[in-house]
Amino acid sequence: MKKRIMIVLSMLLMTSLVFAACSKPTNNQPGNTGNNKGTTSERESPAQGDAGGNASQELRYNLHSEPPSLHPGLANDNVSGGVLNQILEGLTTIGKSGKPEKAIAEQIDVSDDQKVYTFKLRDAVWSNGDPVTAHDFEYAWKWVLDPANEAKYAYQLYYIEGAEQANTGKGSDDAIGINALDEKTLEVKLVNPTPFFLELTSFYTYLPINSKIAEANKNWADNAGDLYTSNGPFKLVEWSHNDKVVLLKNDSYWDKNTVKLDKITMTIVNDENTVLGMFEKNELDWAGSPIGALPTDAIPSLRDSGKLHSQAAASTYFYKFNTTEKPFNNANIRRAFAYAIDRQAIIDNVTQGGQFPATAFVPPSIFADNSKGFFADNDIDKAKGFLQKGLEELGYKDVSELPAITLSYNTSEGHQKIAQAIQDMWTKNLGVEVTLENSEWAVYIEKLHSLDYQVGRMGWIADFNDAVNFLEMFRDKDGGNNDTGWENAQFKDLLAKSSTEKDAAKRTQLLKDAEAILMDEVPVLPIYFYTNNWVVNDKLKDVFIDGLSNIYFKWAYFEA
Amino acid sequence: MEPVLRDKFKLAGIKHQDADNVSRSGLSFWRDVMTRFYKNKLAMIGLALLIGLVFMAVFGPHMTGYDYRTNNLSQKNLAPSAEHWFGTDDLGRDVFTRTWEGARISLLIGVSAALIDLLIGVIWGGIAAYRGGRTDEAMMRAADILYGVPYLLLAILFMVVLGQSLATMILAMTITGWINMARIVRGEVLSLKNREYVLAARTLGAGMSRIMRKHLIPNTMGPILVTMTLTVPTAIFTESFLSYLGLGLSPPLASWGTMASDGLPAIKYYPWRLFFPAAFICLTIFAFNVIGDGLRDALDPKLRK
Amino acid sequence: MLRYIGKRVLYILLSLWLIVTATFFLMRFAPGNPFTSEKRLPAQIEANLKAHYGLDQPWYVQYGEYLVKIAQWDFGPSFKYKSQTVNQLIADGFQVSAVLGLMAIFIALAVGVILGTIAALKHNRWQDYGAMIIAVAGISVPSFIMATVLQYVFALQLGIFPVARWESFMHTVLPALALASTPTAFIARLTRSSMLEVLSNDYIKTARAKGLSQSSITVRHTIRNAMLPVVSYMGPLAATIITGSFVIEKIFGIPGLGSSFVLSIGNRDYTVIMGVTVFYSIILLLCVLLVDILYVLIDPRIKLTGRKESA
Repeated sequence: MKKRIMIVLSMLLMTSLVFAACSKPTNNQPGNTGNNKGTTSERESPAQGDAGGNASQELRYNLHSEPPSLHPGLANDNVSGGVLNQILEGLTTIGKSGKPEKAIAEQIDVSDDQKVYTFKLRDAVWSNGDPVTAHDFEYAWKWVLDPANEAKYAYQLYYIEGAEQANTGKGSDDAIGINALDEKTLEVKLVNPTPFFLELTSFYTYLPINSKIAEANKNWADNAGDLYTSNGPFKLVEWSHNDKVVLLKNDSYWDKNTVKLDKITMTIVNDENTVLGMFEKNELDWAGSPIGALPTDAIPSLRDSGKLHSQAAASTYFYKFNTTEKPFNNANIRRAFAYAIDRQAIIDNVTQGGQFPATAFVPPSIFADNSKGFFADNDIDKAKGFLQKGLEELGYKDVSELPAITLSYNTSEGHQKIAQAIQDMWTKNLGVEVTLENSEWAVYIEKLHSLDYQVGRMGWIADFNDAVNFLEMFRDKDGGNNDTGWENAQFKDLLAKSSTEKDAAKRTQLLKDAEAILMDEVPVLPIYFYTNNWVVNDKLKDVFIDGLSNIYFKWAYFEA
Repeated sequence: MEPVLRDKFKLAGIKHQDADNVSRSGLSFWRDVMTRFYKNKLAMIGLALLIGLVFMAVFGPHMTGYDYRTNNLSQKNLAPSAEHWFGTDDLGRDVFTRTWEGARISLLIGVSAALIDLLIGVIWGGIAAYRGGRTDEAMMRAADILYGVPYLLLAILFMVVLGQSLATMILAMTITGWINMARIVRGEVLSLKNREYVLAARTLGAGMSRIMRKHLIPNTMGPILVTMTLTVPTAIFTESFLSYLGLGLSPPLASWGTMASDGLPAIKYYPWRLFFPAAFICLTIFAFNVIGDGLRDALDPKLRK
Repeated sequence: MLRYIGKRVLYILLSLWLIVTATFFLMRFAPGNPFTSEKRLPAQIEANLKAHYGLDQPWYVQYGEYLVKIAQWDFGPSFKYKSQTVNQLIADGFQVSAVLGLMAIFIALAVGVILGTIAALKHNRWQDYGAMIIAVAGISVPSFIMATVLQYVFALQLGIFPVARWESFMHTVLPALALASTPTAFIARLTRSSMLEVLSNDYIKTARAKGLSQSSITVRHTIRNAMLPVVSYMGPLAATIITGSFVIEKIFGIPGLGSSFVLSIGNRDYTVIMGVTVFYSIILLLCVLLVDILYVLIDPRIKLTGRKESA
């Protein structure tokens, strides 16, 4: 009797197991529990990248989060940028050479004083057939500058005459130096000669908007569908929020013959380990940077197996000193702390991503010499000398009299590990006691802004490929991102000269001289220059990542 | 036969006022309970585990000569060996030392949560039940309303807003945790307060605090003990959950939760970094659960045939 | 009955008000402001942003407006995701989370009741110990460890299931199992102890004396009565499932509300944190109400007038 119930129960268990195991992984059943929120009924085909013979041109990529906005004016993060760079195209785009190339602009004329740019547009159309006009650019850029639109990246356009005034509410819309002379001609007036302006016009804040649609529909960028038109190599066909973004080849793109991929499915999975797992089981063709990251623990083994790809990025990881308070008001103390760090050890053991030790502030991708830097890494003897000098200048007998030192960082596993390693190095090499303090980003950044810290971490990712983007941060004590209280007349002067200098070589030298001052006074302590690390399907070729870590799939294809 | 002499006896020292004192230790009941408890094999395993864990939490961090926070980058990610019994982590710290340092923090969180629950719960529930009437109604309604607040969500909000410290974590865990205790205490006290021996004590003039101390609390000890035993694993569980969400304690403090969530990405490459903290989380929760179950079974003999 | 339900609903509304208020003030006192960024914003834009999100008003106005909006089921815009409102985020995410949650509840109930029943019927024999060890193990392993291990073994090593995402039935198996592990264990334990209690009742002995088979006793008399404590566990079960989903959805890359919530915590996207907290609270409180009503309907011993625990 008892046996019967046992049999019934165990059969129940068995059936549920069989039920669970009966379908195969490749068998995607339509109409299942997954949600289909997109506007098109695109379904993923089960095609895999290793299909052999006739390679399917479908890329499976991952975004580490939902794009906060696919409105080019509102985007201010690399996920949104990563999608926008495929579906919209600006006046210029970064070509495979890494230099800006003409894109929607067919002809670019620059005035003699380098302050007026005239762009002639080619006959490009939006994916719904509307022509791409100069008005689309004027509309898009002025939209960004209108303070009512709350665009956080509006300052990217401040190089344009009247832009800053309009954005801060001090000037009118008409005073902005952006003029569509006719359907196909755009004239832009700049404040100063800006040698990197053509690079800026490839940046996503400078992308055009289909003004016909946007003027009538405020929420055109909220979803995929008829309202979202594309003028880039791909077009947006599905955007299931928090789930995936699907792009198809854009047949109305002016350079469509270059584009080989038929479809890009960008899934949205946040967990780095999960993403790497999906890559390893051929559920994705790419894992890691630039949109996302590889788990640090996986990097050594991926490198050993030869799967890891690395590329330098124009970004610097550094610590800032609060130079308004003892002991870091003393340059020698700052130098001591800067010299007493073994950057290579941090890279080899903590970050492990093949980063480059930084003893300069501007990344080597901009100033090639900076791979050598301004001082030697891990120079403990010099550090001790500086410490001694600094202590004397401040009137301390020995290290123990230094005020308590706190190293602050915003909460993140990576920052925390680096901070722990550096804490250890300062203790060992200089004999100073350092406490760590972490806080949430919003709190942390406010602390820096109000100089309520001693040493704090920061990272800077170039907005455009030019040294001034790194250096101008420290021009004014009260400037937006200085946060160190440091100011230097000579440094300021050099920067001012560089902004009006029309000769490229002379300008570069001025900026290098300015950097030398920065690295002598060390209000900032550079630690390393970032690299992008990723793994990719062996068959996927010609994905291009530019110096600013923007990824482009325009030229990508799967090898048969 | 020897004569019974008076001087062979001594007055044991009875005082008059004590003669009326009606109190007796509940020894035989507790002895019964303990006997049943000792017979429960699973519970005994749990108890042995717990004693071992506490022992290691006290002595473990000093057994290796390593320090839980000093980095040694050249020794990172080493597999378990004679040098490092549980291996090392990604900053070259000894996992064995950190595990037991973590045990201290995890147990500290668990035990403080249980004790704070107990304190508030006994006071709240005891007063509500003893006073009865309006007071009871008001106090328990307040508790009911608070009880509806989802505990983990509140814990998350606390950690987000008040910052990630040990104090915030314990606060977050006890803010609604005491309600369960208060309800149990109230229920027990309600059913006990009208029993004959309480009535007798009251008739004999014992005050509220004396009745609570001498009669009510000892007799409610059983369910309270069980609840406390089960609060500890919940707290440890919550700590590890919050750590996984990135809302755990700040480094270089080691708790099992932060160690395990740090070790998750290493499962394929350096599994010991996940295995040891995870195993001890599980063992501790297991130990407390089976002890709690054992106690409950022992206290409620009806379930035991 | 109506009066009872009315009273319960009143309490739930009060709890809810408490939650909304607590959430509002906690978030208000959260340090930093949601618009801080590395590159300081022009004052004009920051002021516009604040006005847009109503943060320029005095606190009581904000609080009042928030209460009104919640009452109208409007959780406002997300700070981070410009193209979505919190309402949309909840609607989209909850569709997925609900399916995952229901699957897990189904597994937990089926497996839990079976395990518990076996344990009770084979009381103090190896089956009992076996089932209980499984159950205690289920309780002892935190869900993020369980999920990672399941994913590692069954997807990455054995390749039986996909690693992540929410696309086909196969994608749902591992997350549902991982999510079900803790509640399964709880239900197994509950079923076991309440079965044991029921089995010791006289009517079971009578039934056995009358010669009824063990299986019919189990099915007809025991399980039904033993289910009462399991029903009362439904409230906490919903809570376990919801909080479990935070972890499971993140690890398995499932586009549900749980993973959005975890991300919004990381982003400090305050409107999303507040909105989702309130939404989850409503669901949980509804579950509790449902359980209370169910309990009254199922258990004839409970009279509607009194509260269960009053002596």
